[in-house]
Amino acid sequence: MNIFLQTIINGVIVGGTYALMAVGLTFVLGFMDLVNFAHGELYMLGAYFTYFFVVTIALPHIIGIPLAILVAMLLGLLIERFLLRPVWDKDILIRMLLTVGLMILIPNVITVMLTAVPKKVPPPFTMSPFILGNVRVAPIQLLIVLVSVFIIVLFHLFMQRTRLGKAMRATFQDKEVAMAMGIDTKKIYAYTFSIGCGMAAAGGAMLSMIYNVFPAMGAITTTKAFAVVILGGLGNFAGAILGALIVGVSESIAGTYISSGYKDAVAFILLVLILMVKPSGIMGKKGGIEK
Amino acid sequence: MRKKWTWIVPLTLLILMLPLLIESSYFMHITILAMIYIILATSLNLLSGYTGLLSLGHHAFYGIGAYTAALSVMRLGLPFLLALLLSGILPMILSYLVGKITFRLRSSFFAISTIAFAEITRLVSINWVELTEGPMGLPNIPAASIGPLVLNSYNKQYYLVLILAVSSIFLSYRIVNSHIGRVFKGIKDAEYVAISTGVNIDRYLMIAIMAGAFMAGIAGGFYGQYMKFISPDVFYFQMTVNMVVMVIAGGLGTIGGPVVGAIIFTLAPEVLRFSEGYSFILYGIALILIILFLPGGLWSLLKKVKNLFKNSVYPNNSEIEGSDNLK
Repeated sequence: MNIFLQTIINGVIVGGTYALMAVGLTFVLGFMDLVNFAHGELYMLGAYFTYFFVVTIALPHIIGIPLAILVAMLLGLLIERFLLRPVWDKDILIRMLLTVGLMILIPNVITVMLTAVPKKVPPPFTMSPFILGNVRVAPIQLLIVLVSVFIIVLFHLFMQRTRLGKAMRATFQDKEVAMAMGIDTKKIYAYTFSIGCGMAAAGGAMLSMIYNVFPAMGAITTTKAFAVVILGGLGNFAGAILGALIVGVSESIAGTYISSGYKDAVAFILLVLILMVKPSGIMGKKGGIEK
Repeated sequence: MRKKWTWIVPLTLLILMLPLLIESSYFMHITILAMIYIILATSLNLLSGYTGLLSLGHHAFYGIGAYTAALSVMRLGLPFLLALLLSGILPMILSYLVGKITFRLRSSFFAISTIAFAEITRLVSINWVELTEGPMGLPNIPAASIGPLVLNSYNKQYYLVLILAVSSIFLSYRIVNSHIGRVFKGIKDAEYVAISTGVNIDRYLMIAIMAGAFMAGIAGGFYGQYMKFISPDVFYFQMTVNMVVMVIAGGLGTIGGPVVGAIIFTLAPEVLRFSEGYSFILYGIALILIILFLPGGLWSLLKKVKNLFKNSVYPNNSEIEGSDNLK
């Protein structure tokens, strides 16, 4: 029973870190219909920027991590302005391939500049794990999950309560009407992509404190994040979070009780199963995207 | 018509004589790899180029083909040609199951769920050690032998892969230029219209994915005996990325596009190798530039160049070109 409880808790913590990645991805994918393979690269860059600010320049975490996210968002603006804007009206395959180009380009630039040797960002504090009964939780993991939850809540409030968030929702519901209402849709596209990049970078920044930072870390995460997003229901934030938790917990259970080798297949097997039953995902509306 | 044939004859001669012209075994190797990629890009183009459903799990069929051929020769002792046939048939059967589940989805949903299938096959290839030897891979795969003929040189391998590549281009050409091809176009341009005229869409998509899986599997079967070694690396997502790049940068939904794309994007990393770590950076930049400035792919560029020559002979052609823009 204790092992089971520990497994579930580990799963929830892993799921919490998937959630941040998945929310950013579902945002860009659901709103802009962009299969963004560069999402994982922004996640990787977020980790590297954190390394730069926290280790190289030796800023405290509380300043370094937001700075890393900010730089990633600026980079997102640049990518949108110079690469994606010319192809927004093109076929979805063309847009996707452009992000594939970035997926090839960015990790190799990093490899050339910094070599592929894994780097480590030290956590802001060292504390012995909390022990509740027989269950152990590392404080840093708990902190990461809490920050992820905080960012997701902040993002949700931004979308629902601010003028810009409202303008974004309007733009992706009906672009023409939004334009007629005086919304600068070009700017909205830029901001949306930039925020998606920021979410990815936030995930990378958080996880850089417990995992190694290396150029290929983005590519490994991207496919699984896509599975989580479709599993939960495309463009649905609650679905993305639920999907992330389900995948995290199932992986943890599979790793403990079945085989650690097949652990990484869990997300994909779940995806295939759910697609057979409900092709729009767990929380997805039929043929629709929540906007 | 006669004009069309004038360049085909020297081209055919060139392709047939290629092993005599290339002395370096390294370049022969690159040429054979390019041929394998021609088969793969053509097979992906059948589904993704013509019907517009992008599969990102296509490398699974290639990998399964590679393992099927290698295992049936090494463990079951089947003759090579039979093993090669099996390496096409098994992925084809699997593609039927994949299609059954994923054809209810479109665009990004479809693309991502096909990744899921491919990732599952990759993890099986790593973890089912009794069958696949896991990450260690299968070494010492015997070279193909057809009757008494053992394909133990680059030149012999070249002619085999040439036959396979030409057959797959021909097969794909025949499918696309039949009534099936017209249905593909209908599905891509206006699916609802196609459905409302009573077309069983799934059946036609099934033809596209199964024919594509068959070709990709055969390419895998050839690859295994050519390299004499396979490992779960054949299931890497990068394989599909390569194929997609070749198809789209070459020219989506054309017969010649994937061929041109496969040749150029197999050669490019090799030509750029002098730049060491920068080769993939240049590859990525080249890809982005092609998408931004040449969305029709390299094939459209070739056509433009061809039209340039035509216009100098038949000046009126430019008028016909212009009328196209009015649409």
